[in-house]
Amino acid sequence: MLNYILRRLLTAIPTLLVLVIICFLMMHAAPGGPFTSERPLPPEVLANIEAKYGLNKPLYAQLWDYLVGVVTRFDFGPSFIYKDRSVNDIIAQGFPVTLTYGTISFVVATIVGVAMGVFAALRHNTWVDYLAVGATFSAQALPNFVMAPILVIIFTWQLGWLPGGGWNGGQWQYVVMPVIALSTSYMASIARIQRTAMLEVLHSNFVRTARAKGLPNSTIIWRHAMKPALMPVVSYLGPSFVAMITGSVVIDLYFSTGGVGLHYVNAALNRDYAVMLGVTILYGALTIIFNLIADIVYAWLDPKIRY
Amino acid sequence: MINNSDRMDRITEALDEASEIKGRSLWADARRRFFRNKAATGAVVALFLVVVFVIIGPSFAVWSNEEIDWNVMGMVAEKGAPSIESGHFFGVDELGRDLYSRTIQATRTSLIVGVIGAIVAVTIGTIYGATAGFVGGWVDGLMMRFVDIMIAIPYMFIIILLMVMFERSFFMLFVGIGIISWLEMARIVRGQTLSLKNREFVEAAKACGVGWFTIILRHIIPNLLGLVVVFASLLVPLMILIESFISFLGLGVQEPQTSLGALISEGAGTILYGTIWQLFIPLFFFLVTIISLFFIGDGLRDALDPKDR
Repeated sequence: MLNYILRRLLTAIPTLLVLVIICFLMMHAAPGGPFTSERPLPPEVLANIEAKYGLNKPLYAQLWDYLVGVVTRFDFGPSFIYKDRSVNDIIAQGFPVTLTYGTISFVVATIVGVAMGVFAALRHNTWVDYLAVGATFSAQALPNFVMAPILVIIFTWQLGWLPGGGWNGGQWQYVVMPVIALSTSYMASIARIQRTAMLEVLHSNFVRTARAKGLPNSTIIWRHAMKPALMPVVSYLGPSFVAMITGSVVIDLYFSTGGVGLHYVNAALNRDYAVMLGVTILYGALTIIFNLIADIVYAWLDPKIRY
Repeated sequence: MINNSDRMDRITEALDEASEIKGRSLWADARRRFFRNKAATGAVVALFLVVVFVIIGPSFAVWSNEEIDWNVMGMVAEKGAPSIESGHFFGVDELGRDLYSRTIQATRTSLIVGVIGAIVAVTIGTIYGATAGFVGGWVDGLMMRFVDIMIAIPYMFIIILLMVMFERSFFMLFVGIGIISWLEMARIVRGQTLSLKNREFVEAAKACGVGWFTIILRHIIPNLLGLVVVFASLLVPLMILIESFISFLGLGVQEPQTSLGALISEGAGTILYGTIWQLFIPLFFFLVTIISLFFIGDGLRDALDPKDR
């Protein structure tokens, strides 16, 4: 097991490096430097500024400096737009917020999705099942950018129960709508996968054997059926976590929660490449780490996988 | 007796007809299964109606998508609601432009993005995956390692990076979506190719001295077609979702172009003024398109899945 984890870690590191290099090169392939503006600076001034940020060095030297900064100090460099804040400051400010509601959404989507899927499978071909299938099918077509305005119309406008945006230190009223908006479509996907997997397991030979032995239904479900039926869901959790992180951009934008996503979109609109690069690398690293965790959990759950 | 011979005639006739019935091909079989699925058939009809609307809708439009109706501008909430008299069947948008024409334009954009994106992804993914699987060895290892690395990169950010860096255009959107969407396809196709490449018909082709690329093109890919069709039909709504997501952030297609994501974004921004139709009309077209594409994909999977026979 340890061996497997180590090997997976070793493949994650080159992936991360490739990610950093690709993003860095893309940033530098972009037309127009960060200091080209409508009023061109005198060339001497421009040269001074570029020297200060190290932009006059050859590309590979800049890449090396950046890599060393990121790897040794977690330093993503200064922002190109904000004078008083580095990329690190921006991430440190926004990331805890994103992480808070992202994690809550992930947990909610997983628990509710799995419960719905199992419940629908156990009541196969009854109205409960049809209702669950119908609900999950339409919920999958409701991505976060559709859910967000609908929720605001219902809960803020019509009912007046919840504030339409803001964060307020993470008070629960401010967290509810972001979590619902972010988790709905993934909850639906998880429920569908779980239902299919559970149905397949319930029709398998070992469950029939267990029934023939006269085991009580609860034992069959919890001891025998649950673990293999969870496998497909576990392998979906990695991608869904990543998708939720990506989706948080919409949530930050729509609910003004002040997460990283808002800064990312602002950076994209202002061509603040340093912030974009930093956030992309951060999210890429999260993606890779989370896929790694999902793989390890999968290997631990599935005895058929030899590592 | 007369009655009887009459019946005999009819039976012979029926038998004659019966002898003309040919065996059903696999595709005909799949088609029959597909149309027996009520949800999938309904979805095809719904999607067909959307496409027809996009094609013939403009000829009923009173206003073009760029004209601004000066009469309602500034009083959109009071005067801009959908009505037949003013010619704004779906109301007007924030700037006083006709939402009917805008919705048609946006739906067309989204459909084009979905279809072209899926075609790009399927073409690249199929050829790449089939090559990797068929050639095997270190080439396969290298090609699939590359896919592993690409898949781990958060694609949405790459698309946004691309859209910001180069001029925002349709072409860049396709490039961005195309770059990332073929990866999953390549993986699936490779797996299937591995199981196909040791079959007898491939061996026969090899024995005849057919080149490897021709074998892939003429023997492997036709056998992958069922899988590819299913996956492609599920890719189309995915592409539309990705494009809408980017347009919602304001980083997608630029004015005067528009897409459903952009219209939903505008509508979501203006609900505070009570112009609720600006959100719900594009949303309706978005949901109808996405849900029917989901159902069609699901129906195709059931129809083409050999496990289910």
